[in-house]
Amino acid sequence: MELLAQTLGSDAARMILGLIGIIALVSVNALFLIWMERKVSAHMQLRPGPMEVGWHGAIQTIADAVKLMSKELITPAEVDRPVYLLAPIVIFLPVLLSFLVIPFSKTLVIRDMNVGVLLILAFAALSVLAILMAGWASNNKYSVLGAIRSVAQNVAYEIPLLITLMSVILMVGSLSLVDIVAAQERYWFILTQPLAFILYITCATAETNRAPFDLPEAESELVAGFHTEYSGMRFALFFLAEYTNMFIVSAVATVFFLGGWQGPILPGIVWFLIKVYAIIFLLMWFRWTFPRVRFDQLITFAWKILIPLAFANLLLTALILKLR
Amino acid sequence: MINYFKEILVGFWSLLAGMSVTIRYFTRPIVTVQYPREKIRMTPRYRGYPRFILDPETRTHLCIACEMCARICPSQLISLEGVKMPGAKQKIPYKYVHEHYYCSLCGLCVEVCPTSALEYSGEYRLAGYRREDAIFDHLVLLQQRQEAAGLPITPIPTEADLAAAAAAEAAAKKAREEEAKAKAAAKKPEPEGEVKE
Repeated sequence: MELLAQTLGSDAARMILGLIGIIALVSVNALFLIWMERKVSAHMQLRPGPMEVGWHGAIQTIADAVKLMSKELITPAEVDRPVYLLAPIVIFLPVLLSFLVIPFSKTLVIRDMNVGVLLILAFAALSVLAILMAGWASNNKYSVLGAIRSVAQNVAYEIPLLITLMSVILMVGSLSLVDIVAAQERYWFILTQPLAFILYITCATAETNRAPFDLPEAESELVAGFHTEYSGMRFALFFLAEYTNMFIVSAVATVFFLGGWQGPILPGIVWFLIKVYAIIFLLMWFRWTFPRVRFDQLITFAWKILIPLAFANLLLTALILKLR
Repeated sequence: MINYFKEILVGFWSLLAGMSVTIRYFTRPIVTVQYPREKIRMTPRYRGYPRFILDPETRTHLCIACEMCARICPSQLISLEGVKMPGAKQKIPYKYVHEHYYCSLCGLCVEVCPTSALEYSGEYRLAGYRREDAIFDHLVLLQQRQEAAGLPITPIPTEADLAAAAAAEAAAKKAREEEAKAKAAAKKPEPEGEVKE
C-alpha cells in the first residue's frame, strides 16, 4: 500500500498518468473539434451538417477515423523515405509535449515549469520543421510550395506572437503559466491588454495555418499543400496535430488573457475548457467568415501592421509599468 | 501615417462587419432538407410527368379515350385503348400506358386533351432501377391516389367486361344493320321521280 502511494506520488507516475491523460484528451478533443467545425460551418451556411451517425452526427468523426485507419498507407516511389516517414511523428510529438505545462486548474498541471511559455512556443515552432520535412520529402511541387509558404508565414507570425505575449509577461514578471493565471485573480488581462489579445488571436490563427491564413494547405491552389502525398493514419496524424494545435493556442490565449481556470461556482477545469472552446469557436468563426488572403498580403500584414503594433503595445506596457 | 492607422481601423471594422453577418446566419434556422427523410411539396407550376386529374365532382378521371394524346405525343410514348361499355354514352379507357423514360415533358398531351383530363404531377423522384420502372398505367396510378384519398375506386374494365362490351356492340351493330335493311326494304317502292327533282 505504502509502495503504491509512493509510486503514485512519484514524478515518474505523474508523468505516465499525465501522458495517458494527454493522449486521451488529444484524441477526444480532435474528434470533438472536427465535429464542431463541421457543425459551425454548416450552420453558418444554413445547413444542418452531419446528421446521420449518432445524435446530430456526434460520432461521425469516429466513423471517419475508423475509415482513415483502415486505409492503405501509400508511400510514393520517389519520396525521401526516412524524412517522409518521420514528418508525421515530428509534427505530432511537440504538440503532445506542449500539454506538459498547460494548467487546466490550480492543481491539474502536469508540471509547473518556470519557463512554461518558452516551452510551448519552442515546441510550437517545431511544427514548422515538420511541415517543411513533409513538403520537401514528398517530392511534389504542391507539397514544396505549401511547405515554403508555411515556413515564411510562421517565421513572420511568430515574432508578433512572442512580442504580444511578452507584454503580458512583463506585467506578471514570470514565465510560468500557473503564475500568469494566478496574477489574474482580480481582473483578466484582456481588459488591460485588449490590443495584445487581438494581435495574439490573429497570430494564433496564422500559426495554426487556419483560414484566412491557410495558404500552406490552400486546397484550391495546392491540392492539400504539404500533406498531399500522405494517406491513411499518417494523414490523420497531421490532422490531429492541426486540431490539437488549435487547442494549444486557445489554451495559451485563455491562460494569458482570460484568467485561465478562474471563475465562480464551477470547478476550475470546467471554466478552463469553456474558455478554450469559446476561443476555438472564435477561430472557427474566422475561418467561415473571411476569404483566404493573398501571399503578399499575408506577409505585408505581419511585417507592416502586426509587428509594429505589437512593439508599440510592448513599449506602452513597459512605460506604464515603469511610471506606475 | 494617418492613412496607415485609418486603414487598420477601417480594415478591422470591415472584419467585424463580416463576422456579424456570419453570426446572424449562424443563429438562423437551416433551410436545407434532409432529403430521404423530409420532402418538399413542389409548386403548382412544376411540370412532372402528366397524370389524370382526379375530378372533384365525378371523383374519377375525365378521359374519353379519344387518343388525341397518343397521336400528338412526339415520342409516341402513350398507348391507350378505350371501350364503350354497354349503356354508356362515351368510351372509357381500359389501358392508358405512359412509357415515361423518353418523355421530354413537352406537355402537348396536356394541351391537346379535349376534356382536360390531364395535368402535370408534382412527382420529381423519377429514378428507377430498370426501364420498366418508368412505365406507368395511369389508371392504376389513379386508383392508388383514390385509395390514398379514401375515395371510391374507379374500376378498370376487365376481360369479361370487354367481352360483354364487344358482344353488346356486335348485337347493336346487328340490330342497326337489320334496321337499315328493313328501312331500305320499306323505302324501295317509293317513286324515283321525286328524287330527281
